[in-house]
Amino acid sequence: MENGFPIPKTDKFPAGLRVLVVDDDPTWLKILEKMLRRCLYEVTTCGLARDALRMLRERKDGFDIVISDVNMPDMDGFKLLERVGLEMDLPVIMMSVDGETSRVMKGVQHGACDYLLKPIRMKELSNIWQHVIRKKIHEVKDTESHESMGNIQLMRNESDDFHDGLLPSGGNLGAVKKRKDMENGKHDEQGLVDPSASKKARVVWSVDLHQKFVDAVNQIGFDKVGPKKILDLMNVPWLTREHVASHLQKFRLYLSRLQKENEQKSSFGGLKQQDFSSGDLPGGFGFQNSISMDLKNAANRNFGYIRNEISIDNLEPKVHEGDMKGMVSFLPGTKPTSPLMGDFPPHHKARMSSQMDLTHSFKSLDQNFKHQPLESTLSTQKWNKVSMMQFKQPPNQEPKPYPLLEDDHSPLLFSGPKHHFQVDLQNSAPSTDLRTSLQVCNNSSSVKIRPLNTQCRSNDDRIEFPTGCTINSIPLATGSHIKNQEAFETASTVTLGVKNHMVAENCINNWEPVREKLTAGEQALPSSLEENSQSCLLQGDGCTEDIGYQNVELSDYYNPELIADLQAQYYDEFEFNCDKLFDSIENPLVDQGLFMAYPQAARVNFCD
Amino acid sequence: MDRNNLQRQVAYTRRSLFDQGYLDDQFIQLEDLQDDANPNFVEEIVTLFYSDSSRLIHSIEQALENRPLDFGRLDNYMHQFKGSCSSIGAKKVKSECTQFREYCNAENAEGCTRTFQQVKQELAILRRKLEAYFQLARQAGGAQAG
Repeated sequence: MENGFPIPKTDKFPAGLRVLVVDDDPTWLKILEKMLRRCLYEVTTCGLARDALRMLRERKDGFDIVISDVNMPDMDGFKLLERVGLEMDLPVIMMSVDGETSRVMKGVQHGACDYLLKPIRMKELSNIWQHVIRKKIHEVKDTESHESMGNIQLMRNESDDFHDGLLPSGGNLGAVKKRKDMENGKHDEQGLVDPSASKKARVVWSVDLHQKFVDAVNQIGFDKVGPKKILDLMNVPWLTREHVASHLQKFRLYLSRLQKENEQKSSFGGLKQQDFSSGDLPGGFGFQNSISMDLKNAANRNFGYIRNEISIDNLEPKVHEGDMKGMVSFLPGTKPTSPLMGDFPPHHKARMSSQMDLTHSFKSLDQNFKHQPLESTLSTQKWNKVSMMQFKQPPNQEPKPYPLLEDDHSPLLFSGPKHHFQVDLQNSAPSTDLRTSLQVCNNSSSVKIRPLNTQCRSNDDRIEFPTGCTINSIPLATGSHIKNQEAFETASTVTLGVKNHMVAENCINNWEPVREKLTAGEQALPSSLEENSQSCLLQGDGCTEDIGYQNVELSDYYNPELIADLQAQYYDEFEFNCDKLFDSIENPLVDQGLFMAYPQAARVNFCD
Repeated sequence: MDRNNLQRQVAYTRRSLFDQGYLDDQFIQLEDLQDDANPNFVEEIVTLFYSDSSRLIHSIEQALENRPLDFGRLDNYMHQFKGSCSSIGAKKVKSECTQFREYCNAENAEGCTRTFQQVKQELAILRRKLEAYFQLARQAGGAQAG
């Protein structure tokens, strides 16, 4: 059989499918291994998500599909899912004993190709090969619109990978290994099963690489972007158009996902940092502030920007009492739904300072705000794994129309929060779920940040914000409202407990929808806002990316200096972790699911 | 004769485990997986389950001693434990787990504590029954091979 036939019609197919199973439960791991072996698959088991990632990275093309449990101690299953999808582009199946719709939805949103409920039957496993094939077909189709030739190649490569994996070595792999130089031009009718040529190397989109990608996209203009153009601009010799094409595709999906989420969840407050794009919400809580939900602004979104993983390990959040107060109002005592007051100082058109810095190390928080008088102080909450997002006020004081906030914004602070900022922070295991709801009311132009702790696990810092997430509403400061801005800044610091990755992610994700909402119909974001909107959320990697990205996009609103500053800061402070690169990206996507999971928590009301 | 008797006994014991609700279909799945390559698969899995479960049980116990109770954490542990129980088809134990989680959601400390005792109890009962069953099966099998 293994005669190299790609064609799934061979009897032996899908035998030999290389499966990686990740589950912290040793009993299940053993059972699944046995079941998969029975299906004649080649099984590798792993008890820890980190190990799984490492294995996947080490053996780039060593696996065809990944099956992972949702609840794992060292890393959230959804996060792993995102990473795998992004870095390795493998189909991932999620498993859980919990079949709640919201969880399943979350899986779907994070890109899982299937969600199995435990106890799992063997027959459910015997069909998993379909996901591998399907994915390959889709990849081919997706790239087709851009470059048919490339597609063919891609397809071939994909099928090569697949088949190589399926067919153990082999003498008969001649057909499979046949190198096809069809790239430029030969159209092969065989399609997926064509045993073509070279194995496609899976590219790991590191921070730098992604940054280049983003820069290129920005430069070209999201609307006009195409893989070839991007590739040319990126000037990375070893990168191929196919790599770029598939990455671009993902990026687009990500952006459209964000957009859809915004549309569909008006009630989810997630402020996605990235989303305040020019013309849209100026503030962008997230570091990507500028991302507006509009597709065209979608380009602004930093694909990888939301990394929730804000250097989880290194976070040492500092708690600033003062800051906390000023800021957030968000922390609800211990009540899950205490509203967070983050008012965005409306006054004039608010400019959301939108500088969200997600700093891993809180200690450096303060420096973020040096840009302008309005720099928000970083309120760091002592939190082990908290990422703090800070919203900074836009540097300029001039009143700029703040799309989101109307003139009647009241100063942000704990007073009358009109906006509820809801950030859904979800921490796995010990962390608490912070959900804050961001409600942005246009007319009231205030943003309330309300942490909803629907699930508060034991958190060390339950203080106000369960997971140490403080979200300071973004004060919309208008020129002369320095005070507001300050308030805003402090308030706008959102610290996300990030140890669990998810938290940050959630936060970020949450932001996004909000942002989108905010931006909808808003005026152009003043440049000052843009600057501030560099929310550097997450880990350094994410931050940089985002910043760069955003900035590029909104040239008008972009303050290169500011960005550079921020970037520098972040680089210095954060550890760049390539791995985390995509975390942020993932987060936005993921979190959207989070909101959905906790509808009560996420509420973004845009009052008109 | 003896062997037949034993085998009948094994079958009967097994049947009653299902009838009385101690085990569910998952257990049958495990039995289906048992083959020449893994002739004692079911027993190995059950043993693995019990040794791993003690870790979680212990964590829950400790968490139940803290005051105030951290329901979120308790729920999390129990969620994991429930997943584990589902692996061997421990039906009664699983339903106690569900009950426990409900009490967690309701933040009912007393309910949690009480239900947890039941979880442990069901766990112990099942363990005894399974051990007896496996032993019987070995005897019957031995007689057979004999």
